[in-house]
Amino acid sequence: MEKNLNLNLKVWRQKNANDKGKFEEYKVNNISTDMSFLEMFDVLNDRLVTEDKEPIAFDHDCREGICGSCSMFINGQPHGPKQGVTTCQLHMRSFNDGDTIVVEPWRATAFPVIKDLVVDRSAFDRIISAGGFISINTGNAQDANAIPIPKDDADEAFAAAACIGCGACVAACKNASAMLFVSAKVSQFALLPQGQPERYQRVSEMVAQMDLEGFGACTNTGACSAECPKGISLTHIARMNRDFLVAGMSTNEK
Amino acid sequence: MNWVIKMFSSSLGQKFIMALTGLFLCSFLIVHMIGNLQLFKADDGLAFNTYAVFMTTNPFIKVTSYLLYFSILFHAIKGILLVVKNNKARPVKYAVQNGAANSHWTSRSMGVLGTIILVFIVIHMKNFWFEYKFGHEIGYTSYYTNLATGVTVSKEMSAEYTQFNKMEEGMTADENGQYRLVIVKDLYKAVAIQFKEWYLVALYVLCMFAVGFHLFHGFKSAFQSLGLNHSKYNGLINFLGIWVFSILIPAGFAAMPLFFFFK
Ligand code: SF4
Ligand code: FES
Repeated sequence: MEKNLNLNLKVWRQKNANDKGKFEEYKVNNISTDMSFLEMFDVLNDRLVTEDKEPIAFDHDCREGICGSCSMFINGQPHGPKQGVTTCQLHMRSFNDGDTIVVEPWRATAFPVIKDLVVDRSAFDRIISAGGFISINTGNAQDANAIPIPKDDADEAFAAAACIGCGACVAACKNASAMLFVSAKVSQFALLPQGQPERYQRVSEMVAQMDLEGFGACTNTGACSAECPKGISLTHIARMNRDFLVAGMSTNEK
Repeated sequence: MNWVIKMFSSSLGQKFIMALTGLFLCSFLIVHMIGNLQLFKADDGLAFNTYAVFMTTNPFIKVTSYLLYFSILFHAIKGILLVVKNNKARPVKYAVQNGAANSHWTSRSMGVLGTIILVFIVIHMKNFWFEYKFGHEIGYTSYYTNLATGVTVSKEMSAEYTQFNKMEEGMTADENGQYRLVIVKDLYKAVAIQFKEWYLVALYVLCMFAVGFHLFHGFKSAFQSLGLNHSKYNGLINFLGIWVFSILIPAGFAAMPLFFFFK
C-alpha cells in the first residue's frame, strides 16, 4: 500500500574535484513509498531549482537497473540496504517515516569525485581497453551452434557477463579493490572458446591496468559479491587468480 | 626472472605470497600442537624435554625452522604493506559504513588480529625459544628409568650444573637394578613455572582467540587467493578452516597454560 514519508537527508555536496566538500541536510516531505530513490532526488532537485539553489548532481541513465550509472552510497551500503538492486531500483518503501538517510559518493582513489555524488569511473574503461575484449575480424554472423560450448560454461560466462560496471564492488570493499569487476570481465571470455587465444595475455594486462589505477588488493571479505546488484560470484575472482598464476608461469615473456 | 618479479609485485602476486606463507604457518601449527601435547604427559617432562632437544638439533627441522621464521616475518611485513596500500586506495573514508551488512568482521580485522598474533609470537619466543637457546635461567633435570620396572624418577640438578649438550644419555646401576639415565635441559619446568603467572595465562588464552579468528577467515581466504574455489572441495576447506584451525588448534594451545595454572 502506498504511504507517504517524511525524511531527513544528509547528502554529500562537493562543487568540483578540488573542492573539499561537506554534508548538507535536507528535509523532504510527502515522499511516496512507490517512488524510486532517484525519483525522490528528482523531487528534491525540483524544489532546489525553484529555490534558486544548485541541484544535487548524481549519475543516472537507464533507471531500470542495467546501465550501472546510478552510484550512491546509502546509509553505509552501495545502492542502499537492499541486495541485488541498483539505486534506481531501490524503492522508498525500503525506508520508514522519519528516517535519516546519509548519501555519499563512491569513495576510492581510482574513482575521484567530479561533483556531489558523481564520480569518474573511467578507470573501469581503461581496464577494459587493456584487454577486456576479443580481437576478431567481424564479418557475417556465424551460424548459431557452429562452435560447441558446454551448457555449464555458457551459463557461467553469461552470469559473469551480467556485470554492469556499476562499481558497487569497489565502493563496498574496505580496500576499494576492483577484483570482482575485473574478474567478471576476465571470466566471461576465459570460459568461452572465442576468448582462448588472448586468455592469458588478457588477464595479465587487465590486472596490470587495475593496479596502475590505484585500486586496493583483495582480502576476500566477500563484501563485493554481497553488494553486487548482479550477484557476481567470488568464484570468478578465484578463476582470475588461477589464470593470472598460469599466465605468469606459462606465457613467453622472460 | 623478470616475470617472477612482475608477478609477485602485482596485487594478485602479493596475495599469493600471503596465502603460501599463511598456509605454511598453518601447517606449522599442527606440528607444534602435536609436539606440545607431550606437556600433558605425567612424566615430569621427560618426553617433552627430549622432544625439545630433537626439535632444536635435528638438521632437517633446523632448516625448516629458518623457513618458518622467514615466513612469519614475510607474512607480517607483507601484510602491513598491504594494509598501507589498501588504505591508500581509499584516502577519504565513508561517514557511514555498514560493513556488517556484507562481510564477516574477522575478514575486516585481519590486520589487527595479525598484529596481536605478531606481538604474541615475540613474547612467546622471548619467553621460551630465546631462553632455551641463549638464556641461562633454564636448568637441567636427570631422569632415571629403571629398565626392569619402567618406572622413571626425576631429580633436578643443582643450579650451577651445566653440560656441553642439551641432553646426555647413559646407563647406570645400583642395588635395585639397571637404569637408563637422561640429563636434559628442563624446558618443561620453565613452562610449568611461567604458566603459574595468571597474567601470562590470560595473555595466552586471549591471543589464542586472536589466532582462531585470524584463521577463521585466513585459512579459506588463502585457498581463494590461490584460485582454489570449487564446490567440489569448498566444504572440506570450510570444515578444516572452522573446526580444525579456528577452534580445535587454538583451544588445544589455550588448554596448555590453563592445565599448568590449575595443576
Ligand atoms: S561486479 Fe557487480 S558490483 Fe562490480 S561493477 Fe560489476 S555489476 Fe557492479
Ligand atoms: S540508472 Fe541505470 S542502473 Fe540505475
